Amino acid sequence: MTNIELPASQEAIRRVREDPHRLGHRAHGADEPVEGAGHGATGPASKRILVGYGFWIFLLSDIVMFSCFFAAFAVQRDATAGGPTIGEIVDIPRVAFETAALLLSSYTCMLSFAAVNARNRLWTEIFLFITGLLGLVFVLLELQEFIELAMRGITPQRSGMLTSFFGLVGLHGLHVTLGGMWLATMMAQVLIKGFRREVVHRLICFNLFWHALDIVWIGIFTIVYLMGSGA
Amino acid sequence: MFGKLDLSAIPLSQPIPLITSAVVILLALGVLVLITVKGWWPYLWRDWITSVDHKRIGVMYCLLGVLMLIRGFADAIMMRTQQAVAINAPGYLPPEHYNQIFTAHGTIMILFGAMPLVLGFMNFLVPLQLGVRDVAFPTFNSVGFWLTASGALLVNVSLFIGEFARTGWLPYPPLSETAYTPGVGVDYYLWAVQISGVGTLITGINIVTTVLKMRCRGMGYLRMPVFCWTALASSLLIVAVFPVLTATLAMLTLDRYLGFHYFTNTAGGNPMMFVNLVWAWGHPEVYILVLPAFGIFSEIFPTFSGKPLFGYRSMVAATLFICVVSLMVWLHHFFTMGAGAAVNTFFGISSSIIAVGTGVKIYNWIFTMYGGRVRFETPMLWSMGFIFTFIIGGLTGVLLAVPPADFLTHNSMFLVAHFHNVIVGGVVFAIFAGLEFWFPKVFGFRLHEGWGKTAFWLAFIGFWVTFAPLYILGLQGMTRRLQHINFDVWAPWLYVSVAGVGILVLGVIAQVTQLVVSIRNREKLRDVTGDPWDGRSLEWATPSPPPFFNFAVMPNVEGEEAYWGIKLRAVETQQLSPEPAYEPIEMPLNSPVGIYTAFSPRSSVSR
Ligand code: HEM
Ligand SMILES: [Cu+2]
Repeated sequence: MTNIELPASQEAIRRVREDPHRLGHRAHGADEPVEGAGHGATGPASKRILVGYGFWIFLLSDIVMFSCFFAAFAVQRDATAGGPTIGEIVDIPRVAFETAALLLSSYTCMLSFAAVNARNRLWTEIFLFITGLLGLVFVLLELQEFIELAMRGITPQRSGMLTSFFGLVGLHGLHVTLGGMWLATMMAQVLIKGFRREVVHRLICFNLFWHALDIVWIGIFTIVYLMGSGA
Repeated sequence: MFGKLDLSAIPLSQPIPLITSAVVILLALGVLVLITVKGWWPYLWRDWITSVDHKRIGVMYCLLGVLMLIRGFADAIMMRTQQAVAINAPGYLPPEHYNQIFTAHGTIMILFGAMPLVLGFMNFLVPLQLGVRDVAFPTFNSVGFWLTASGALLVNVSLFIGEFARTGWLPYPPLSETAYTPGVGVDYYLWAVQISGVGTLITGINIVTTVLKMRCRGMGYLRMPVFCWTALASSLLIVAVFPVLTATLAMLTLDRYLGFHYFTNTAGGNPMMFVNLVWAWGHPEVYILVLPAFGIFSEIFPTFSGKPLFGYRSMVAATLFICVVSLMVWLHHFFTMGAGAAVNTFFGISSSIIAVGTGVKIYNWIFTMYGGRVRFETPMLWSMGFIFTFIIGGLTGVLLAVPPADFLTHNSMFLVAHFHNVIVGGVVFAIFAGLEFWFPKVFGFRLHEGWGKTAFWLAFIGFWVTFAPLYILGLQGMTRRLQHINFDVWAPWLYVSVAGVGILVLGVIAQVTQLVVSIRNREKLRDVTGDPWDGRSLEWATPSPPPFFNFAVMPNVEGEEAYWGIKLRAVETQQLSPEPAYEPIEMPLNSPVGIYTAFSPRSSVSR
């Protein structure tokens, strides 16, 4: 990371030149239609908008998939088949730690994107690294939870409730793990390729992905763990 | 390396699959040898396999769809003949084989026949009609296609290695659980549908982004051709419900592979949950198919009536209405499974309400023809055949949507007749209408008229002779999926139905003949204007076939029916628009990512 960074103000000037209309940052219908935003009749949107938009649509579909697993949990919550109930398996202190780690990682993820916007490689890498570390903490804690449960004989094969519990929480964990791998790839790309257009586009998508996982986790934390602990 | 796979997976003792596989393998080898001898590989690799051009991908989708329609039709012939000969007799297909056939037939026709064709049309047409140069994500587009193709390949491999599922095209548990279906059949189904489902989702995302964010200048929402609206609605449904399919199949896979209890009938599993989830996908899926079909007809009626579409805005509204309401009717597929009177009533009413949106469209098409200068060319014949056929199918649908009536007709041949009535009469007729209509645009020459009309009449008559008897059989109490029949009263209608299949076979032959004759006479049938039917939307403003960049200069649209407007203005002013300024443009490069993603070595799917 030896290249000399531009001062922030100069950076801002460059950004204005690259993205003069602050595409995607305007409310609909505030002014005249924005050229390049793909609104109305002004012609196709810029690549940056297309990528972000398409990825949003993908995230929506991913959330629909999660909703099926949520639905399965809602249906099977009391189908314990004589085994442990949900109240007997949740461990709120650990989950509170997990939640804190994940929410904090979303914050650092956002800071990394602020660094991207300032075109600052060093800070981008630092914040991405912290994000990944927090994600790792989350995944390890979840793994620990699963292993402890398994050692008590509490596995998905035991009952319908446990099936849907492990299915839902595990699916989210899998997403975080894949997200972590993606994050490592992005760190390498920033390191090697710098802030090329397509790298920045990928970073936009990664950010959206990571925040979406947070939102899903809040659902899991509330519906599975908090509401479950009272059961 | 092969896991548990060994020679016993090849059906050496069953002559029918064995001979079929031998013929298919020989044909495939023949094609490969031909390509090699003629030295076509570089051309295929460069211009098709790695192409990210939406038009090429659209054509490949359609080719896949047509091949699979033929494969599914072969299954259909076997089922109809089996039922005709197995009256108080065993017939020629043993039960376990018969069950595989009806499962494969449904899966292939819907997911690998109709879906690729519909996606192919969307791919080819949407960018052209919107006046842009490609879809939003060209490389992903290629990935989506090749995933679908590899799913289709997997289904067909099951014909000669192992077996296919025997569970019906929606594998209801507990039958589809390992306890009751231990073989590899359901696994084939799960992997094939899962892989192609991901491909479909990718295409859906692509089309939504393209329509919402990539229209040429001036192409506001209310100037888009109706086909683009229906492609948008259909793709929105894809984005909304294909993840449901993915989740459902993933759960079934977990049950089968890891002993989970999502849908088992022991240890708190819940088979009804599968039925709910799968129809939450399955019902919208039929509208994913039929909405673009409506779009195709909405292009054809105005063109061949020489009039703008009647009620454009109500057409758009009806499309979106159907798109939303189709998400709220899934329970009509299992009124009999104990939901109770209140729930059944809600879903009965919501199902019937869908017919309102469809009715609006039917009237609009009829009023488009009214007072127009109607030309009865082949695409128009298919469209008019559609109106008649689809109305009957819609009416029987409304009948089925009345819960007390459905208790009598559920899972009977009446139901089978209903959905063939809407899917063949709606989707398949649209596909043939569309193929006839856009063929000159895609390949640069028209299809032969006479053979096209012959094919239409054979298919239309054949359809009714095949499926009308099924309504009667259903009312006489015949249930679906019977491998043999021990009740003579049904025999005459089964014979009529198999005769209908004979007519349909002639229809397919006529269709193939049309293609061969047209290719032979392509010089005579050449479309030099790019606008063979006096079209109204932007795809007709390009030469046939369109160049890979579609438009040298991006059009600037000034009203509804963009191309019609340009033509009118030229006639009024007696001159063409001024020569535009040409500028260098940017186009995506070819990419082998798609084919590698789909076919890179992955672990064996059989357990
Ligand atoms: C007027 C609108 C429609 C209504 C009210 C309607 C109603 C129904 C009902 C109530 C059933 C379930 C019957 C039973 O299982 O007992 C059904 C089955 C079916 N419908 Fe429709 N339908 C309509 C349009 C369509 C369309 C447009 C399509 C396809 C393009 C379609 C495809 C199917 C299929 C595939 C099945 C049965 C699948 C199976 O059980 O394997 N329907 N329809
Ligand atoms: Cu339905």
